[in-house]
Amino acid sequence: MSTITGAQALITALEYEGVEIVFGVPGGAILPAYDPILDSPIRHILARHEQGAGHMAEGYAWATGRVGVAMVTSGPAATNMVTPLADALVDSVPMVAITGQVPTYAVGNDAFQEAYTTGITMPATKHNYYVTDPRDIPDVIHEAFHIAATGRPGPVLVDLPKDVLNAELVWHKPATLNLPGYKPTVDAHPRPIKEAIKLIEAAQRPVLYVGGGIIKAYAHEELLRFAELTQIPVVTTLMGRGAIPDLHSLALGMPGMHGNYTAVTAMQKSDLLVSIGVRFDDRVTGDPATFAPHAKVIHADVDPAEIGKVRVPEVPIVGDARRVLQQLLTAWDDRNTPDRKEWLETVHGWQRQFPLSYDQQSDGPIKPQYVIEELYRLAGPDTIVVSGVGQHQMWASQYWKFSQPRKWINSGGLGTMGFAVPAAVGAKAGRPDDLVYAIDGDGCFQMTPQELITASVEGIPIKVAILKNGAHGMVKQWQNLFYGGRLSAVDLGRDVPDYVKLADAMGCVGLRAETPDEVGPVIEKSLSIDDRPVVVEFVTDTEEMVFPMVPAGGSNDDIILSRQDMP
Amino acid sequence: MSQHTLSVLVENKPSVLARVSLLLARRGFNIHSMAVGPTADEGLSRMTIVVDAPELEQVKKQLHKLINVVRITELDPDESLEREIMMIRVAATAGKRGEILEIGTIFKATAIDVGSTSIAFTVGGEPRKINDFIELVRPYGIVELVKSGRIAMARDLKSRKLQAIG
Repeated sequence: MSTITGAQALITALEYEGVEIVFGVPGGAILPAYDPILDSPIRHILARHEQGAGHMAEGYAWATGRVGVAMVTSGPAATNMVTPLADALVDSVPMVAITGQVPTYAVGNDAFQEAYTTGITMPATKHNYYVTDPRDIPDVIHEAFHIAATGRPGPVLVDLPKDVLNAELVWHKPATLNLPGYKPTVDAHPRPIKEAIKLIEAAQRPVLYVGGGIIKAYAHEELLRFAELTQIPVVTTLMGRGAIPDLHSLALGMPGMHGNYTAVTAMQKSDLLVSIGVRFDDRVTGDPATFAPHAKVIHADVDPAEIGKVRVPEVPIVGDARRVLQQLLTAWDDRNTPDRKEWLETVHGWQRQFPLSYDQQSDGPIKPQYVIEELYRLAGPDTIVVSGVGQHQMWASQYWKFSQPRKWINSGGLGTMGFAVPAAVGAKAGRPDDLVYAIDGDGCFQMTPQELITASVEGIPIKVAILKNGAHGMVKQWQNLFYGGRLSAVDLGRDVPDYVKLADAMGCVGLRAETPDEVGPVIEKSLSIDDRPVVVEFVTDTEEMVFPMVPAGGSNDDIILSRQDMP
Repeated sequence: MSQHTLSVLVENKPSVLARVSLLLARRGFNIHSMAVGPTADEGLSRMTIVVDAPELEQVKKQLHKLINVVRITELDPDESLEREIMMIRVAATAGKRGEILEIGTIFKATAIDVGSTSIAFTVGGEPRKINDFIELVRPYGIVELVKSGRIAMARDLKSRKLQAIG
């Protein structure tokens, strides 16, 4: 029987899983795998940094819903992969990371470029594998993809020693999965579904509190139908933006620390939270003891550990968000649509009374919110928006009007600065026909700009808007609000780097807007360029802060709407 | 904080012990004792973990998320059998030797090494009995103490009911 190498088996196994693109950086221990990939239809995209490769795999997964794949070598390459893995774990991003490892006979000897990869990544992955027998490769890769994509999605790492990659085996199709300890619950138990319907019927001020689980499970259509049928307004968490169109009359937008007044207050006044695919994150609840104090809670999630972790629900439902909503729809059956006029009028009244606001003077500095609104107006709702973490992320989430799922990509749970550029590259690689516009801050941008070289060289024409305020803006905001204005280590400088030159040096087009009247035209210019990545520097007001705001650990009842309202 | 005993059935695979202990550490649970060994099924191992925790729901759910964890049972002390083995070396001068051996006899502890200044016992049984033995010999001076960690299994409640009826 003819044999192949472990490395060939790896590439064949990736093909078997339907992998189109691998984001990676080669190196010593993974060298054997970089030979057979030359003969494979799989496209390899050469990132400039392993962290970049990892975030690209994440961006690809966010945009396409498929498992993102990153492949790097051992030691420092594997440790550079830890951040994307941790990011993907907390944001439930399906991802498989392949790492090379020193040969099995050298493992444990502090060999060159040896790191204990599976040990280091154990708490940063949903599961990981250290393969010592080349015959295990087909099954391990198959299991890795299955685990990454099912249940609550997440990252899986496969560590492959070099001698295992070089060893011979007879290829076999992956065997039936043998995972006795892994059986995610998809269909919800009928009893809590019935109980949930009873509560929903009886509720006077219900709110649908939905998040990333809706996006991951492709449950947005069912969500919309259920919301309309039951006339329940919907708040979408940072991870769930796009779960319901923001322009829908039942959509209340984002709740939480920087959520809008209506989304935050609707939950505080609610008598029933119908929570689906959310985890009661501290950025949403503030002080959990004062969060939605009058509300009964229905909590549906595919991960049973999320249920009761922060808030004990009256009705716990374990199941996939889409199946749960389908079951709720079936159970609702032909019940009449409840009359929620009073509640909806209250909610809409708040929307009119307390809209998001900022003040763009025509002769003043550019307000970052204005850039987002102009971008939305000119690029349109079909754009895939990618952000990092910080002020720019909050403004993007607040001011963009999301109308579809998988058009908003960001680092939510881990809050990874430098996420946006590589994630945008990954998203664009997976969705080449979509316009992909990263909205980044200058602090974030400076953490991973080298991946624009990847974008240029690989022909992945993303666009990046840098909201340049010359500072670590969110840190500065906290120092201004909570440290008496004593600014410490937040000044990035206004003069260097010259982002236009930097972009040019990396093979991109660099543009700049310094006054409000330049914003629209420069965005239009950026949209007219299709053959190269574009970087647009918006020189924004360095004093602008993100509002509304609930101070960390505070009660959502004490939401602060503007700087003037600070206690 | 109360102690809870978990019986965890895991796949017999490399680094499963590390995964379980890392997870307990990460979620802030203190491991009081942990005993691991093979089961009748060679593909599976059994861990008996005693943790200090205010409540177990989160520990159990988090443990369940580990791919290699097959089943978790929380053992109620009233409805389970718990055993532990201890080796203990007690300081014993010639004058005290008789007394100490007598205490050992009462606890069915076996003297396994008798020297000029100490006696080593092995004693097995319910954790409470072992702790009582420790307290009784403590005044003589404990030179060294090794415990196996607690192992436990559920009682056969059905048969107990039959006994009650009979």
